[in-house]
This record gives sequence, structure tokens and C-alpha cells, in this order.
Amino acid sequence: MTSAVETARQVRAGERSARSVAEAALAVVDADNPALHAFLHVDREGALAAADAVDALVAAGTDPGPLAGVPIALKDNMCTRGVPTTAGSRILEGWEPPYTATVVDRLVAAGAIPVGKTNLDEFAMGSSTENSAFGPTRNPHDHSRVPGGSSGGSAAAVGAGMVPLAIGSDTGGSIRQPAALCGVVGIKPTYGLVSRYGLIAFASSLDQIGPFAVSVRDAALCLETIAGHDPMDSTSLREPAPALTDSLDRGVAGRRVALVRELFEGADADVVARVHEAAELIEREGASVIELSIPELRLGLSAYYLIAPAEASSNLARYDGVRYGLRVDADDITQMNVATRTRGFGDEVKRRIMLGTYALSAGYYDAYYGQAQRVRTVMIRAFGAAYEQADLLLGATAPTTAFAFGSKTADPLAMYLSDVFTIPTNLSGDAAITVPFGTGDDGLPIGVQLLGPARSEADLVAAAAVLEHGAPA
Amino acid sequence: MTSLSRDDVAHVARLARLELTEVELDRYTGQLAAVLDHAADLSALDLAGVPATAHPFSSANVVRDDVVTACLDRDEVLAQAPSTEDHRFSVPRIIGEAP
Repeated sequence: MTSAVETARQVRAGERSARSVAEAALAVVDADNPALHAFLHVDREGALAAADAVDALVAAGTDPGPLAGVPIALKDNMCTRGVPTTAGSRILEGWEPPYTATVVDRLVAAGAIPVGKTNLDEFAMGSSTENSAFGPTRNPHDHSRVPGGSSGGSAAAVGAGMVPLAIGSDTGGSIRQPAALCGVVGIKPTYGLVSRYGLIAFASSLDQIGPFAVSVRDAALCLETIAGHDPMDSTSLREPAPALTDSLDRGVAGRRVALVRELFEGADADVVARVHEAAELIEREGASVIELSIPELRLGLSAYYLIAPAEASSNLARYDGVRYGLRVDADDITQMNVATRTRGFGDEVKRRIMLGTYALSAGYYDAYYGQAQRVRTVMIRAFGAAYEQADLLLGATAPTTAFAFGSKTADPLAMYLSDVFTIPTNLSGDAAITVPFGTGDDGLPIGVQLLGPARSEADLVAAAAVLEHGAPA
Repeated sequence: MTSLSRDDVAHVARLARLELTEVELDRYTGQLAAVLDHAADLSALDLAGVPATAHPFSSANVVRDDVVTACLDRDEVLAQAPSTEDHRFSVPRIIGEAP
């Protein structure tokens, strides 16, 4: 598949029309989506209109922007005005938002062509897309396996070559884990780097939007485009967006990289082997590699599964059948709320709402939610100490390659463990990237993860580019 | 911390405006208890004196200038509501009838 960088170059130079690029992408989506179910909604009309607008700019001698004519997929928890947005939930089925997420506006302003909305675990709660109310997405490398989640549709769309770029959201690993399982690049940016205006909220102190791409260069270009302050998101960072594509060829010579035991222990042997090979490669390329243990990271899973559900239980209180989405009629308003939420939410969402409600309830608040917040401080301090010894940390992205459908659905805790290496970064608010690095014994993709402190995206893409170039075939 | 009981789950479901079947109540009790038991590693820690983190970066309240800017179109918003009346959201009875 043509990269985003090359497609934009061709369209900007007038060598290829955006319309022909969009039509080609839509044809691949039409051919592959029935089997993969990566897209919940394909916006053919909107894509062709956006492409024609890009072509009109080129014809007028105006530069359409760095993503000119690049087809892109949007996770279906990004609001798109007049285009169905479900968050993978029955409770929002048929809803057409009256506004568009900032990230989508920025992509379109840069010339990108949104082709549709991708499948996800309901409200981004899950690690396999099996929690989507509209059926799971299949892994493009093996249709009997999950694509990961929650942004499984976006990862599969890029992994299958339907689009070169996609957007996802990452609350506990929902970009990085599916990217690893589908063999693509995924970035969880620093908290606040990308505006979340128009992202359907899950856990507001953790949620962050980021890109999926077939290459580190494309991912860097996309992140550069969507990053930057937005007055509509009070948590968005005020500093200017970093220049990332300029840093791609910087290499790792002289960098200090720590191989962190807690970021691969317990993973399958083939995953651990790839992580060690990645460390050796980084060292050969001139970085100094040390081994490090950060025991506090082991507390991440427990802290996350109290904090994220607590925030979710509050955020999802808005689905009450009053202003938008599903309503199940009843005689009084409380019964209407109950009937609507009971029918509209799926199992995992109910589980997390109840877990969060419990963690926040009188008598348990300090023991669960309060303690988890203190642990969060402990983890942030531990990361801070690690970043005094190393510029970047290295580990696995997911403990296994893509797993079979149904293998973890009966045991929520087993499912939650697939995010054990990604969760710590969300709790600290820092940045991380996953890059494909060889395959497992089953022939399926493995991703390795690089972590850095807040606003280290330029260092991360430079190191990821080194891994990408030296990755085993 | 004690393990979660079936009554706890029923209570929490009521607070969260969810109705559970008997079968769901049993299943959720086991599943939620497993997650809370896993969190026992946190309760064992003595973190007296460690401040809580609610948000990854310290953030101050953000205010904007008090000027009129574009807002959502009323009719477009109301068009997405399950039920409206006279440009307002319409809901079932809120206050019970007098006995």
C-alpha cells in the first residue's frame, strides 16, 4: 500500500487526484470489510466530497496540506457532524452528532479524507473488540483471532491495507495493544497533546487520541497534524505541537535506553525474545542499554481497574435517554432511565459502571479509589526516577500475539491482563509508541513498546524508526 | 477489605440505574469480586502521606473571555433527542401523583 507521505506528495504535485485515491480505498474497503468488519460505517459520499475539495484546491494552485488526499479511518468514538457515531454501543445507535471532533477537523484541514468509522469495544472498554454491540472485528493476519482493542477496527483497517492511517483512542492501551496485534505502528501521545473535544469520554484523566499507521514516518506525520492546543479542551497542553518528522532520522546514538523487567515479565517466550532482540538492535545502533526493574509498575493494573471504571461510571451517567440516543419508554423518569441503560449498555460496560460506582461509594471511596490515586502518585514518581537513569524505556506492548475469539470473554481479569504493559503510561500521562518487530511462533505480529516521559514524542519516533528499519523480516 | 457480596452488587446496580437478572447478579458478583480481590495488592500498601493524583498534570481552572461565540444549532441538537416539545427535551413524569 502507498504510504500516507507518498500519497500526499503525489496529490500535492498533481500526479494523482485525491478522488482516484479515495475511490481506490473505498474499493478495498468494499472488498475486505464484509470479512473483517473493521468499519461500522463507510462514508462514501463524504469521502468523495472531501476528495473533490482537495482536488479543487490543487487545481486552483493552493496546497491542500500535508495529508492531501490521504484516506483515513476514524474510531467510532470520534464525533462527526451528521455522520453516525455509536461508540460501539446500542445506546447511541443511529445518533448523528451535531458537532465534529477537533481531531477530525484538523485532519480534514490538512487534506485527509475520512472514509468511515471503525469498530471498537463498546465505549472503548475492552481489549479485543468482542465487546462491540455490532459484532467483533477480525484480525487481518488470521480471521480466527481478535484484532485487539479497544481500537480494533482502526488497527485492522490499517493492518489489512484498507487505509494507510487511522485514528484511535488509548485509555489503558487501546491504540498500542491492537496496533501490536495487527502488525502496525501506534502512538499513545502525552496526555493533553491531542485535543479530545468530540471524543466520547471513557476515563477523562487517562483518555488520549493518537494515530495508527503502516510506518513510523506516517504515524509521526499524522500526530504532528493533530497535535496542538485547542481552546475547546481545557486539558489540552498550551505548548506548541512538536515537530516530529524532522526527528525521524536522528537515530539512537548516545541515547540511554532501559530494558524494563516489569514491561515484559510474564509475556510469552517469543514476545520476550523479540524484546531482547530489539534491545540488542538499539545497542548496536549506538544507544547504551541498561536493565532496570521498576516494581511499582506491577501496581498499575489494580490502580487502573479502580480509577478507569470510577471515571467511566461518572462519564456514562449522561446516557439517560433524555437528550440523545436510545430511550426505552416507561411510566416515570427513573424507570425510563433504568430501562434505557439496561437495554442500551452491554455486559462489559455494565460491569465497569458497577465497579466504578462501588469504588466511589460511601465507605469504600478511600479504600479503593483514594488508594488507587495514591498508587498513581507512587507510579509517577517511579517513572520519574527511571527517567533520570534512561531517556527511554523498552518493553513488550502485549503479553501475547493475537488470541482466539472467545478465549478471554468469560474471565474479565484475564482480558484486562492483556493491557498490563500499556496501562502504566496512561496512569503517568506520558507517551509511548509500539512498532512491529517480527512475529511469534504462530507467525502473527509482535510489537515492541518504547516509553518516554511527557512530550518525548520526537525521541520516541526516532528510536522507533531504528527498530522499524532493523526489525526481523 | 471484604470481598464483594451479592447484595453489594444489587445495591450498586440500583445506584447506577441498571436492572440485573438473578443470573446476571450471580455472574457479576463473581467477576467484580475477582477484580477487587486483585486490587488487594493496593490495600496492603501503607501510603499515608502520599498525595492522591487525580490528573496526570497539575491543571488550573481554565477560563475564557466572556464573549459570544458560535454554539450548537438548537434544532440540530433537538433533532437527535428521543422526544421533544416546544423546543425542549421531553421526559416522562418526574414527580409522582398525590396519593
